[in-house]
Amino acid sequence: MNNVYVYCELEGTTVADVSLELLTKGRKLANQLGCQLEAVAAGTGLNGVEKQIIPYGVDKVHLFDAPGLFPYTSLPHSSILINLFKEEKPQICLMGATVIGRDLGPRVSSALTSGLTADCTSLEIGSHEDKKAGKTFENLLYQIRPAFGGNIVATIINPEHRPQMATVREGVMKKEILDENYKGEVVNHNVAQYVPQTDYVINVIDRHVEKAQHNLKGAPIVVAGGYGVGSKENFNLLFDLAKELHAEVGASRAAVDAGFCDHDRQIGQTGLTVRPKLYIACGISGQIQHIAGMQDAGIIISINNDENAPINTIADYVINGSVEEVLPKMIKYYKQNTK
Amino acid sequence: MSLKIIVLAKQVPDTRNVGKDAMKEDGTINRAALPAIFNPEDLNALEQALRLKDAYPGTTVTLLTMGPGRAAEIIREGLYRGADGGYLLTDRAFAGADTLATSYALATAIKKIKDYDIIIGGRQAIDGDTAQVGPQVAEKLGLTQITYAEEILNVDEKTRRITVKRHIDGGVETVEGPLPIVITVNGSAAPCRPRNAKLVQKYKRALGAQEKAALGDALTHTEMYESRPYLNITEWSVADVNGDTAQCGLSGSPTKVKTIQNIVFQAKESKTLTSSDKDIEDMIVELLANHTIG
Repeated sequence: MNNVYVYCELEGTTVADVSLELLTKGRKLANQLGCQLEAVAAGTGLNGVEKQIIPYGVDKVHLFDAPGLFPYTSLPHSSILINLFKEEKPQICLMGATVIGRDLGPRVSSALTSGLTADCTSLEIGSHEDKKAGKTFENLLYQIRPAFGGNIVATIINPEHRPQMATVREGVMKKEILDENYKGEVVNHNVAQYVPQTDYVINVIDRHVEKAQHNLKGAPIVVAGGYGVGSKENFNLLFDLAKELHAEVGASRAAVDAGFCDHDRQIGQTGLTVRPKLYIACGISGQIQHIAGMQDAGIIISINNDENAPINTIADYVINGSVEEVLPKMIKYYKQNTK
Repeated sequence: MSLKIIVLAKQVPDTRNVGKDAMKEDGTINRAALPAIFNPEDLNALEQALRLKDAYPGTTVTLLTMGPGRAAEIIREGLYRGADGGYLLTDRAFAGADTLATSYALATAIKKIKDYDIIIGGRQAIDGDTAQVGPQVAEKLGLTQITYAEEILNVDEKTRRITVKRHIDGGVETVEGPLPIVITVNGSAAPCRPRNAKLVQKYKRALGAQEKAALGDALTHTEMYESRPYLNITEWSVADVNGDTAQCGLSGSPTKVKTIQNIVFQAKESKTLTSSDKDIEDMIVELLANHTIG
């Protein structure tokens, strides 16, 4: 009762990274709230799957193992969460802002009349004073997300409804094992008690999934390099910064042609179009073909030796300096100010 | 086989073309400064509906939208492209709705329309990007759903099952399910056909009651609206759909906005920095403070 829940998304029997990231965040929230962290996994052939889950500090894993639960379809997974939550009454439920999470979350929130906030970029615990009603709510989940096409950041709360539900995109939260030997309980539920047979109405007749090398298109932050980065070795600096910021690395055509970076990371007219909230352009001059692939970025930082680089005209921050000098400083001060 | 299709569509502010005057000084959104458009993915959904109408003669396509009186524009845009009619849910009691209260209102209106095989809408609206209303409407109607649809491949007359190609993380999937069903369509699906010139001629004077009232004495050809009922866009209030006001609008919304922070417009003035430690640290602190990173 009143615990933090994370819905663990499965591809086959592998727990998705985004779910492990949310378990890491969920553990921290549970600590702050003084409650337990519980996880739900539903699929087929799940024997041992809890070993991927419990090390993140999970106190209880609810397993729902039956034929027909993988691949995911909407109704059976919805029934599992709806009926489990009616019994367990969690205070918070987190799930990935993936195709599955965004299919499942709304149905569950609708059935339980609880609030759901999509694509949160930050989750915090805080209080809220409702001056009109003269009430103060303690220990609410602040669901912080960009809204209105990324032009504003809103903090959303659900003062009176439980569970407080939120989805978060992959890569937004950090994934960190708490303790390899963490002791958690495993509960194998009888699926038929939660899912009526009439829920199995969708047939998946064909399915193709390819493991992506990167998620440039969906990344909220992109660190991109151009010819000005100078070498393949210097590109490692971009990967270092990207790792810290949970960003993806992209490149201009000139950098790809020079062999500094793989072709599948090329951004621009002949490559990918990206719309991150932050685009860090390193040594990119800003040919129109490149600009076409990134001009819808929310905030643009341009790091360039050349004060007159065309990209500077659309940048929000222009840093006159070399990539080798600036990137290590960004990493250093990011670490200092987030610890 | 003929199908009865309801298209859920929303009029949204064009958040992709946000100008400097889009925010008021108090940090709230100046909706008047933003052009109102047909939500892009709802147009993709309309196209899927119109293709079914092309494939299965006798099929009807009905738009359902919720908004102020001027949102009748959405229904006109649908009529111009081949839809058969539409309903505008409009009432002060609907204002301030989050996704749950919105889906409640839409579901009650759909229950009033009563006869339907497919309810189809865009995956998400560009002013909220939540993708929640489709699945919530499905849940409230007790229907199954297919989200992230790329293309409707087939509707089987005998089994009354629909086959849909949909996007999943890292791939694609083909699924089939029973009618009636709720489908949400991706922006990567086929774009909507343009307006048809003949239909524009036919429907350009189609108006909702609030639009007519706003014209007042300037409303010409009043007798035309009696002789051509298709020019009257039906407006429904909460009472018209037998809605419970407690579940509508702000009071029916479990989520509340605690605070709003305007990020983009704070930084739109370009700043020129050196590579000094102080400049870099100041920038990082600023980006952390406004949630751009961290």
